[in-house]
Amino acid sequence: MTLLDTPARDIRPVTAPPPKAMRLVDHFELGLDAPICLTWELTYACNLSCVHCLSSSGRRDPRELSTEECKAVIDELERMQVFYVNIGGGEPTVRSDFWELLDYATAHHVGVKFSTNGIKITPEVAAKLAANDYVDVQISLDGATAEVNDFVRGPRSYETALRALQNLSDAGMRNFKISVVCTRQNIPQLDEFKAIADRYGAQLRLTRLRPSGRGADVWDELHPTQAQQRELYDWLVAHGEDVLTGDSFFHLSAYGQALPGLNLCGAGRVVCLIDPIGDVYACPFAIHEEFLAGNVRGEGGFRDVWQNSELFTRLREPQSGGACTSCQFFDTCKGGCMAAKFFTGLPLDGPDPECVQGYGEELLAGRKDKIEIPKHSGDHSHRTSPPRPRTGMGPVRVTLSRREDLQAPPVSACAEDPLAGFTAAAASDFATKE
Amino acid sequence: MSTIDPESAWQLHPQVSVRPEPFGALLYHFGTRKLSFLKDRTLLTVVEGLSDAPNARAACDAAGVSPEHVPTYLRALGTLVDSRMLVERAA
Repeated sequence: MTLLDTPARDIRPVTAPPPKAMRLVDHFELGLDAPICLTWELTYACNLSCVHCLSSSGRRDPRELSTEECKAVIDELERMQVFYVNIGGGEPTVRSDFWELLDYATAHHVGVKFSTNGIKITPEVAAKLAANDYVDVQISLDGATAEVNDFVRGPRSYETALRALQNLSDAGMRNFKISVVCTRQNIPQLDEFKAIADRYGAQLRLTRLRPSGRGADVWDELHPTQAQQRELYDWLVAHGEDVLTGDSFFHLSAYGQALPGLNLCGAGRVVCLIDPIGDVYACPFAIHEEFLAGNVRGEGGFRDVWQNSELFTRLREPQSGGACTSCQFFDTCKGGCMAAKFFTGLPLDGPDPECVQGYGEELLAGRKDKIEIPKHSGDHSHRTSPPRPRTGMGPVRVTLSRREDLQAPPVSACAEDPLAGFTAAAASDFATKE
Repeated sequence: MSTIDPESAWQLHPQVSVRPEPFGALLYHFGTRKLSFLKDRTLLTVVEGLSDAPNARAACDAAGVSPEHVPTYLRALGTLVDSRMLVERAA
C-alpha cells in the first residue's frame, strides 16, 4: 500500500456491537467501490531529469488529456466520492491549465495534494495555496544538502526546493509536506531532514526508492544497504506518527513492530494511478502493460475501469504468498512490493528484493545472466538523458571552418530564384575555351 | 477512549466527508487530512442522524440501538470527537 498518509493512530476502527469478525484490512484486500485516494500524473513534461524518476518523465506526451477531459475525470471522482487525489507528473505545475484544474477539483469536493519540485511556487502562488483548505503541497527533496540532492535531482534543484519551502512558510501555510525518496546517500541525513521540516513548519514524508522508470537504472547504486534499512526502520519507529511514509516501508515491518499504516499492498484495491494519457495502472510504481487496467477515455470512464477491469478483479482475489508463505514474518510484510519485485525480475509471489530477512538478495544474486528484466512502458525522458555529467558542464569548444568539398551553400528545394544553384564558371575556364 | 454525554448534541464537522461502504463508512477530514473508519452500518446511521436529533441518545434511539448498547455507541462517538470529526452544537 502506498499513498495513504494515515498514521496508524488515526486509522481508528470505531467499533460498536455486534463486533465484526472481519478486520478492515480484509475489506481493503477485497477492494472498495472507489479508491480511497489515487495518484494522477497530469503530465510527463518536467523541467528536471531526476535520475530515479519513477515515471521516466521529461517530455510532454502529445496524447495528454485535454483540460476538458481532465475536468470530466474530476466530475467522475466527485461522483465516486474519492476524497482526494495525489497529483504528480512529471512536474504538474508546468501544465498551463494546472491552477485551473486545481480550483476545479477543490470546487468539486475532490481534495488535491500535489507533488512539485517547487519551480512555480512563487510568493503569490504560495499565498493562494495557503488560502485553500482543500489543497496540500508536497515539495520533493532528496538530500538535506545541495550536494546530495543535486546529485540525484540535478543542478540547483536544492535551491529551487528551499525557495519554495520558504515561500510556503512565509505565506502562512503549515504542515505541507517535504517528500524524500530514501537513498544510500541520504539515509545518514534523516535528522537533518527532520530539522529542515521543523524549520519551515512542514511535515516530513519519507518514501521508498523503487526500481521503476529511470529508478531501475540507478537502483543498484542508490537503494539503501541492509544496514541502512535497519537504521531507517529504527528511526521511523522512534519518530512514530510525526513522520509520514505513505505506507511505503511495510516490508520493513518484518524487523518486528509493524510501522504505522495499513501495511498492505493497495494496488488496484484502494489505490491506483491515472497517467497523463488517461491510462489506468494498478499502482504508480508499475507503469507497464502488465499492470494496465484500461483508459479513462474508454466508454465506461474511470469508474468502469476501477470496478470491472479484469486486472483489478484479479488483484482483489486472495493472493498466494508463494515462497514467502512459510516465513514467520509473512503476516506483517505480505511479501513486500509488487512493483519492486517486477522491475528487478523477481517472481511476484516471492520475497521483495529488499526483504529484511535477506531472501531477496539471495534471489537477486541467483538471477540468470540473460534474464529479461521488464522495461517501463513509454519512456518520456528528455533526449539528453542520461544527462551530461552530473557535476555541471564546462565550456563546449567548437571550431568553425569551411568544408573543402563544398563550393557553394546547398540549395533548398523551395528556392524560387531562376538562378538558384547556378554558379558562374571561373574566369579562367572562359579563357581556356577561347 | 472518551465518551460523550448522552444529552449533548453533535454534528459532523463541516470539513468532514462521509462515504458509505459495505462494512460501514470512510470518513475524511479535509482540515486535519485524517481518515477514519466506521466499522458498522448502525454507527453510520447514528452519525448521519446526529445533526437532526435533539441529542446523542436520541440519535442512537432513532438508529435502532438497543438501550444496553447505547454506552458503547457513545464511546465510539467520543472517539470521533477526539479526532475532531464531530463538533458540539447547541442542544
